[in-house]
Amino acid sequence: MTISTDKLLSLYRTMVLIRQCEEQLARSYAAGTITGACHTYVGEEAIATGVCAHLRHDDAVFSTHRGHGHALAKGVPPRELVAELFGRETGCSGGRGGSMHLFSPEVGMMGTSGIVGPCILQAAGAGYSFQLLETDQVGVAFFGDGAVGNGAFHEGINLATIYDLPVVFICENNMYATEVAFAYSARNTDVAGRAAGYGLHAEQVDGNDVVAVYEAAEEAVARARSGGGPSLMECRTYRTRVHAEGMGESGYRSQEEIDSWKARDPMVAFAKRVVEAGDLTDADLQAVDEEITEQVADAVTFATDSPWPDPATVADHIYGEGA
Amino acid sequence: MASGEMARREMTYTEAALEALTAAMVRDPTIFVLGEGIGERGGNFNTTKGLYQRFGPRRLRDTPICERGFVGLCTGAAMTGTRPIVDFMFIDFILDAVGELTNQIAKIQYMTSGRLKMPVLLRGCVGVGGGAATHHSGSYFPFFVNVPGFRVVVPTTPYDAKGLLATALRCDDPVLYLEHKSLLNVRGDVPEEDFAIPFGEARVCREGTDVTIVGVGPLVPKSLAAAESLAAEGISVEVIDPRTLAPLDMETILSSVGKTGKLLVADESFGPCGIGAEIAAQVMDQGFDDLAAPVRRLNGVHTPTPYSPPLEAAVVPSVEQVAVAVRELAAE
Ligand SMILES: Cc1ncc(C[n+]2csc(CCOP(=O)(O)OP(=O)(O)O)c2C)c(N)n1
Ligand SMILES: [Mg+2]
Repeated sequence: MTISTDKLLSLYRTMVLIRQCEEQLARSYAAGTITGACHTYVGEEAIATGVCAHLRHDDAVFSTHRGHGHALAKGVPPRELVAELFGRETGCSGGRGGSMHLFSPEVGMMGTSGIVGPCILQAAGAGYSFQLLETDQVGVAFFGDGAVGNGAFHEGINLATIYDLPVVFICENNMYATEVAFAYSARNTDVAGRAAGYGLHAEQVDGNDVVAVYEAAEEAVARARSGGGPSLMECRTYRTRVHAEGMGESGYRSQEEIDSWKARDPMVAFAKRVVEAGDLTDADLQAVDEEITEQVADAVTFATDSPWPDPATVADHIYGEGA
Repeated sequence: MASGEMARREMTYTEAALEALTAAMVRDPTIFVLGEGIGERGGNFNTTKGLYQRFGPRRLRDTPICERGFVGLCTGAAMTGTRPIVDFMFIDFILDAVGELTNQIAKIQYMTSGRLKMPVLLRGCVGVGGGAATHHSGSYFPFFVNVPGFRVVVPTTPYDAKGLLATALRCDDPVLYLEHKSLLNVRGDVPEEDFAIPFGEARVCREGTDVTIVGVGPLVPKSLAAAESLAAEGISVEVIDPRTLAPLDMETILSSVGKTGKLLVADESFGPCGIGAEIAAQVMDQGFDDLAAPVRRLNGVHTPTPYSPPLEAAVVPSVEQVAVAVRELAAE
């Protein structure tokens, strides 16, 4: 492992931040503080963490309905995330979005989405801008296995490939789209293999191994930045909570399967590995855990104390220039 | 040659729009055009003629046939510092991209409270004519107007084609720029220099005192033709071209109705929940006391567009139908 101790600690910190935020949001949902949908990223934290570690604020991330982790990893402050889900004016979208519409262009978080698919096309579009403007910025799309059967996957990957756009496509293959198994939706479940058929670099990665994701993303992001064109990473992973808070496990997957993936928790595996290797100590990790616990508590207080948006502003900003 | 004489030349609608596009591309290096056959070929309707040779393959880029894909791509591009133009050739093809249009492009500025702009120009040829049949004849004006977030521009003269496109290419909002088939080769005087026509300013094309016609797209020249023959019968018709349907210049329409008391809205696109219905409702709200007769509408027949010439002609409002409607209104 050639990753510096600082970097290892920061990977751990991001994963813990996502996990603790998600668990808090789940509690707030259960308490009725959050209305609307709330899809958590628990079990998949290693992917956003490993990828976004290579991104700058001026790189553009386009995400999905399961996007809290992407937002946090890209640098959206937890206060703004929690306030957004609480529907407050101080949320990253001013309370206009909620869980599925997290926008923070200031840090290159160009939106989570209530629609499966468009993020793939929009990331290609960011790549188009960066190529035309001759910058070294990169567009990144995060999407699930559910998007692979959507036309946007085909069209976006093809466009990015034929135009050599600086884009990284991250498929988070957690084997299910809501309750439909990917193996049902696709005869060929090898997403990386399928993508490679379009003529771009594609690789399958263990999405529960933050180091594997980090290393693969390093290569893909560097390729895009240096004009080498797009790449796709298929990150195999698993969502260990229900599809959306408030839903149950209706029997579409077995308890054994869930338990086997819980045993492969990306945070726990990483902690074990770095401590065994002597890179970090239990005390280092515990300090991070405590720091994040405080940060999340602060975010909840901040959100709770924040004002509601002013209904008088409800029709503002439909147009950029006077209507 | 005196330069004053050079200032206005006669040119076609398409040439006038191309002049605005060329000037904008010179001024703004972030503008690029995507579409099928808009590169070396210069566009099926010559919308980008000569631009590929001048601005190169990154600013004029041919696409595969994947309308949803390149509209979605342009959404992301507009969010990240460039100004995309989608040239659909026929606007009917935009329907493959309705989700990107309605759920994404139209909503981004609102969802980000204006922190992101959405300077996308969506242009294409609309309307019935030439036996294009039902997959190449749509207008869809009411649909676009119904979605909050779009500017909807329907130029009817070469002068307006240039001035409105210039505005569209400076606007931070998504603009639908809809060019009717029957108008593409219409010729008219166009100033050589750059100029911009603000959105939301209707043009009174002909002044009159008895009946107001608001025409949309090709119904502007048809209404003018009808007005000419009605004048011979002693009926004085005012013809208004709204030029943009969103925003819609109700002020000009209401003040005309204040004068005439009688209104006909003539539009080739469909009647139900259409532009005429909207204008009629607004006049009812804000100008009811001025009305001396019920507001009349004339629309294309609410069917898919048939191919055979007599069938095709039967679905669009004719000059004669406009004249009949005005005569009836005048007699009220
Ligand atoms: C176009 C579209 N169709 C349907 C839905 C409803 N929906 C929300 S999440 C989801 C499943 C998505 O699965 P996947 O892409 O694998 O992501 P995951 O939830 O597994 O992270 C569906 C069908 C949607 N949001 N968008
Ligand atoms: Mg999935």
